[in-house]
Amino acid sequence: MGTSIEVDGLRKRFGSTTALDGMTFTVSPGRVTGFVGPNGAGKSTTMRVILGLDAPDAGTALVGGRRYAALPRPLSHVGSLLDAAAPQPGRSARNHLMWLAHSQGLTGRRVDEVLDLVGLTGAARRKAGGYSLGMRQRLGIAAALLGDPPVLMFDEPFNGMDPEGIVWMRGFLRGLADDGRTVLVSSHLMGELQDTADHLLIVGRGRLIADTSTAALLAAAAGNRVRLRTSAPPAAAAALERAGASVMPTGGETLTIAGLPAGEVVAVLSAAGVPFAEVAAEQASLERAYLDLTRGSVEYAARPAPTASAALEDATRKDLAR
Amino acid sequence: MTSTLSPPVATPAEPRGRSTFGRMLRAEWTKFRTLRGWVLAVLIGAALIDVVGLFAVHSTISCDQGSGKACYQPLPTGPGGQAVTDSFYFVRQPLAGDGAITVRMTSLTGHYSAAPPAPAEPSAGSAVPPATPADPGQQAGGVDATQPWSKAGIIIKASTTPGSAYAAMTATGGHGTRMQWNFTHDVAGLAGPVAAASPQWLRLTRAGDTVTGYDSADGVTWTKVATAHLAGLPATVQVGLFATSPGVLVVTESFGGSSATGTSSTATGTFDHVLLSGATTGAGWTGEAIAGDGAPGARPGGDQPGSYERAGDQIRVTGSGDIAPAVPGVSSSPAPTAAIEDHLQGVFLGLITLVVVAAMFATAEYRRGLVRVTLAAMPGRGRVLAAKAVVIGAATFAAALVAAAIAVPVGARLSRDEGSYVLPVSGPTEARVIVGTALLVAVCAVLALAVGVILRRGAAAVAAVVVGIVLPYLLGVVPALPVEAREWVLRVTPAAGFAIEQSIPRYAQVTAEYSPPAYFPLSPWAGFAVLCGYAAAALAVAYVLLRRRDA
Repeated sequence: MGTSIEVDGLRKRFGSTTALDGMTFTVSPGRVTGFVGPNGAGKSTTMRVILGLDAPDAGTALVGGRRYAALPRPLSHVGSLLDAAAPQPGRSARNHLMWLAHSQGLTGRRVDEVLDLVGLTGAARRKAGGYSLGMRQRLGIAAALLGDPPVLMFDEPFNGMDPEGIVWMRGFLRGLADDGRTVLVSSHLMGELQDTADHLLIVGRGRLIADTSTAALLAAAAGNRVRLRTSAPPAAAAALERAGASVMPTGGETLTIAGLPAGEVVAVLSAAGVPFAEVAAEQASLERAYLDLTRGSVEYAARPAPTASAALEDATRKDLAR
Repeated sequence: MTSTLSPPVATPAEPRGRSTFGRMLRAEWTKFRTLRGWVLAVLIGAALIDVVGLFAVHSTISCDQGSGKACYQPLPTGPGGQAVTDSFYFVRQPLAGDGAITVRMTSLTGHYSAAPPAPAEPSAGSAVPPATPADPGQQAGGVDATQPWSKAGIIIKASTTPGSAYAAMTATGGHGTRMQWNFTHDVAGLAGPVAAASPQWLRLTRAGDTVTGYDSADGVTWTKVATAHLAGLPATVQVGLFATSPGVLVVTESFGGSSATGTSSTATGTFDHVLLSGATTGAGWTGEAIAGDGAPGARPGGDQPGSYERAGDQIRVTGSGDIAPAVPGVSSSPAPTAAIEDHLQGVFLGLITLVVVAAMFATAEYRRGLVRVTLAAMPGRGRVLAAKAVVIGAATFAAALVAAAIAVPVGARLSRDEGSYVLPVSGPTEARVIVGTALLVAVCAVLALAVGVILRRGAAAVAAVVVGIVLPYLLGVVPALPVEAREWVLRVTPAAGFAIEQSIPRYAQVTAEYSPPAYFPLSPWAGFAVLCGYAAAALAVAYVLLRRRDA
């Protein structure tokens, strides 16, 4: 365990379309890393390059310091799910896993183990063509787990899953990361990853926009700000600044306070005898932060590759300036 | 003194067992056998080969004596295991141990009845080399002319049993002097016809199993023509003079085809200066018709035409028949014949099914992105292609081998029961036809697989393979196009590989209608090599594309 994915300066064009434009990041073990970006941001292409399926025009992608194609039994190093529809409809789930197992020198016992892990034992001998999309996702994940690899990559694994499946998938991804594995999960919906990913790689237009822990992005997005409506803005500002908060007038009778939780704000104002009509903690929304980031990806694309923290600062400033 | 400087390093724990390629083979085999439709299609393909081969209608022969087997006696079998015609008039005496015979030939003449007795029967095929000149001077009583392969000369033969080993030096009606032995061997000697003004001297010497032939224009200067090794030649052989002349093949070309009829002919050779050396019995010459042609009613010493007469030093020998390998189809052989590969006519039908499976084995990878799963598990793309080729080649080979191993012997037996005379061939030839058919199918399957990888779409790949293999085969064997066009198709397209099914080769010394499907323009292995060339080229293109393309 403890194998990381290192992607450095990947560039790739499909005709006139730039799919990857200097994609660079590292995925570390022991946590679930979300790979987020709008459709067409280059997530799937990056994964295909890591797996040696697509050749980049420039740059390298290494798994544990080696090219994927140089791995002798690749499925015991990297497990992947790119497309749940890939298995042939006429072949049973078990037989799909059997040929994969044989390609790695594994036996039917391991196939039965992974079928059990993903809860498909009962349907193992049914043809994959009769599977629901959610079952196919489970089959794809079983295939990824065959070689018990330290690195796992899933492309849009939540697609087509029912709510129960999504809950299962979240727990499952968490468990893999808790084992110490490197888990990279792509999605174009931040909401799917909000409760799962410890870390986020946010991409747009073929390059990395942000590389941040989920907690930091949340904090930056919301900034622990509190919105206050008061009939005496100057008195309130003075009292709160004395208590160590930073206060910004946001027009009329409202102030935005940073640095103090809402409860403290109420306590300080009450102690100072300042009247107020409303105190509200601003809702922290990963979705909004993500949307802000990706919407700005055009602007960032013109600059030299920003470091993750620089991008985050940009994002924070932008958010605060609004 | 040497010492180990570094401590032994534990090799990383790599699970032992199969090589990477071995695992790929196993994976692709599992992939193939676990799709029921593919396995079923392969079985259907094999079944088609047998169903068509065994139930194809064989015409029943009828003649004055009845029908079927009553119409012929089995042809003799030559030393090479093939059916032969071995009928001639033989003026002979025994020769014990080594020895030689020398003669001078002063003439070779021939005769045949001009009017073909029966109305023309339509036959498959169209044109024939002008082997049988329609003599403008023919009369109701017959024509005095030799056939191109009328023969008279000297012969050393293991026994008088038809089909036994022999070597002969012979003058011919149209091909000069030849040395021929054991039916299939034919080497040219002096050119030009024999005549009183230009006599030719012939000599055969026997030393152990070796018979050497010489010819000479003057009896003084001799030229060695060839040396024949006749395995197992007995100590006492029959030596003497012979004459024989094949049936006349009269081919009438007409719109949409041709018809051929046969009539018998005779040849007469005139010899003098006959000199025998070695241990002869001194009993003198005996004349005997050797009848080994499978003709209805043919009996040894029966009504077989032939005679000899002596006038002083001179001996004239007249005979009819041929000493040559038997060939199927329209030929100068009097027996109605078929070839073992006639029972493989279902191969092209079975092949369609099998190449479709082979193409799908490749294109199914591209239908829904399975190729990405495959190549993520097995990144060695060239080896994946090789593993797929081995798997589909082996599966189709096995299916076709079983099918052909049933169709050929069982089909031949059914045909014989119905009255067709199926020409026997040697064991190695029959094995080559059966195994070759399986190889043909397997290589076609590999070609289809490679085309599938190149085109990536099932419908396009299937269409390309059917147009590339099956269509040219049909164009080649169905007598719709001129023979030249059909032979061209069977020479330059992958369908050339069907030549490997041909059990009886073309013989320059036998006049017959050599046209597809009985005769392919290329030899069995040359035709097969053309197909292999196509498969290798397609595999090379597939390999380059598979490596270069994003999956």
